[in-house]
Amino acid sequence: MPYDYEPFEYAPPPGLKAKEPQHKVVIVGAGPVGLAMAIELSNHGVSSVVLDDNNVVSVGSRAICWSKRSLEIFDRLGIGEQALAKGVTWKVGRTFHRDHEVFNFDLLPEKGHRMPAFVNLQQYYVEQYLVERAQEIDLVDLRFLNKVTAVEQTDDAVHLRIETPDGEYGLAADYLIACDGARSPVRGMMGLEFEGELFEEHFLIADIEMQGNFASERWFWFEPEFHAGQSALLHKQPDNIYRIDLQLGWDTDPDEEKKPEKVIPRIEKVVGHSDFRLDWVSVYTFQCRRLRDFVHGRIIFAGDSAHVVSPFGARGGNSGLQDVDNLGWKLAAVLQGRAPAGLLDSYNRERTHGADENLRNSSRTTRFMTPADGIERIFRDQVLRLAGKVPFARGWVNSGRLSVPCIYPSAAPDNIRMPKATRPGAVALDAPHGNGWLLQNLGGAPRLLAINCAAPDLGLDVLEVEETPFLRERYLGDAAQAFYLIRPDQVVAARWIEPDAQAVRAAIDAMWEGRA
Amino acid sequence: MSLIETDNLPDHDDFYAELLATHRGLNEAQSHALNARLILILANHIGDRAVLSRALELARETV
Ligand SMILES: Cc1cc2nc3c(=O)[nH]c(=O)nc-3n(C[C@H](O)[C@H](O)[C@H](O)COP(=O)(O)OP(=O)(O)OC[C@H]3O[C@@H](n4cnc5c(N)ncnc54)[C@H](O)[C@@H]3O)c2cc1C
Repeated sequence: MPYDYEPFEYAPPPGLKAKEPQHKVVIVGAGPVGLAMAIELSNHGVSSVVLDDNNVVSVGSRAICWSKRSLEIFDRLGIGEQALAKGVTWKVGRTFHRDHEVFNFDLLPEKGHRMPAFVNLQQYYVEQYLVERAQEIDLVDLRFLNKVTAVEQTDDAVHLRIETPDGEYGLAADYLIACDGARSPVRGMMGLEFEGELFEEHFLIADIEMQGNFASERWFWFEPEFHAGQSALLHKQPDNIYRIDLQLGWDTDPDEEKKPEKVIPRIEKVVGHSDFRLDWVSVYTFQCRRLRDFVHGRIIFAGDSAHVVSPFGARGGNSGLQDVDNLGWKLAAVLQGRAPAGLLDSYNRERTHGADENLRNSSRTTRFMTPADGIERIFRDQVLRLAGKVPFARGWVNSGRLSVPCIYPSAAPDNIRMPKATRPGAVALDAPHGNGWLLQNLGGAPRLLAINCAAPDLGLDVLEVEETPFLRERYLGDAAQAFYLIRPDQVVAARWIEPDAQAVRAAIDAMWEGRA
Repeated sequence: MSLIETDNLPDHDDFYAELLATHRGLNEAQSHALNARLILILANHIGDRAVLSRALELARETV
């Protein structure tokens, strides 16, 4: 069944009749990032107005692969269960070169986590769930068919001009968050430009609906016989929809390649039959670029407006959600007077760091899939050749590296006897906890997590737990006991074996001030 | 010591990127020459005849 794009309701905004009072936050864009941002801010008690020039979810095939961290964030936003129930997971991945399978792998789920490594779920479902959730929340004022046409910043406010079907109006807010996507009009209005690499390559993506038992696996072809010299990818999504990505080469005409009479025979060669319905086709090129700075006074960029990557490795939407995770509590703390405005500099520092890691990974995958002629191609082909024979080379085959959260640089208190994976700057790892899960219990407030010990009273919520094998592996290491300070975005701020109230207090101050 | 054939290089993606970057801007003959020097340098570092013989054999078998 094709997805039913039900339009969202438009209501004339109050600002058309009378000047609205200054809002706390205006979010431009109701894509996955803007919607998640509004819900996350409401979790921290902050109201926002979300403006979108459109009134439907993202049309066609875009993001499909949502990482474990995104699912954990969805859980805090209230749509984790839905995403998990609807999403599908593949376990077996097969890699082909020319006409033979080079190797395959089985992704065994890691035990003791609520969420799997990823699920595949069409972006339109994610946006639908987020819109439905946002509409339940009083602190979120969602306005469709509200197009932002001008933005101006003064010392104490951001002023916007907005076009609606009923005319134009103005809004003012303490902060504006630009979640208006890769072509970000706000970025343009501010005269800011992306910096980075553009790849001269065309990819065709097609969604097809196929009944029957086609394997729930990921298939990746380097230079398949059916598509000479290029690469191809097949992925499963819910509703019996499969996504096919075909590299086209730079010297192709996108409009020509999109025609069904061109697309259908290609897909027949991929799946080996013609029993499918074409649901969506588009051709895209891609870039790996970002803004130099994500924070410009009272205007803050998040998601694709701040950084764009090639889709291989599924880092676009996933990294946008990590921006939301990082920014939500910080902006709330600044607006509520709990932290100095300087805390927002740490959003810029940490998320540009995250963006660089994503850009690096996406560029490397792109290079591997589309090597330049000459030595680059020789190395690529020989990695594939070796991979069929020598185990080490399989890991070198790069058709996308799964998105995992980056580790923020940190000089906070640490102890090398504790596991590296949960060092300061890393996202806390999930583990079973009572009848539920550790991350759910950490929630979205700053916490002191005390394992095998009592926590001093420092005015923060405390979670005291006894060790389990998972906690030993993930949090204790060699230590008999452990004491973690965890930020509202569930990033480890500092940790100790012996808690010393004064040191913990200093680390709490550093957290609110955004010091690394 | 025998030749290690399983994953042994942490962050090999990073090495691979550096390897390609080292070649950037060279013509074919220069790249060949660079590869030759690289093999000689690594062979000296490995310093184990049996390992090197097995590596040569493996590279040759895959032709
Ligand atoms: C082929 C493809 C495959 C992808 N695969 C993946 C994947 O598997 N996993 C993954 O994580 N990511 C993937 N991505 C990336 C993902 O789609 C994007 O990163 C994600 O949509 C970014 O969300 P966003 O909210 O920042 O921007 P968008 O989704 O682009 O939303 C921006 C919103 O702003 C609105 N807007 C624009 N201008 C204005 C204005 N002037 N006034 C008001 N509103 C405005 C738009 O209408 C839109 O609703 C893929 C992308 C592509 C193209």
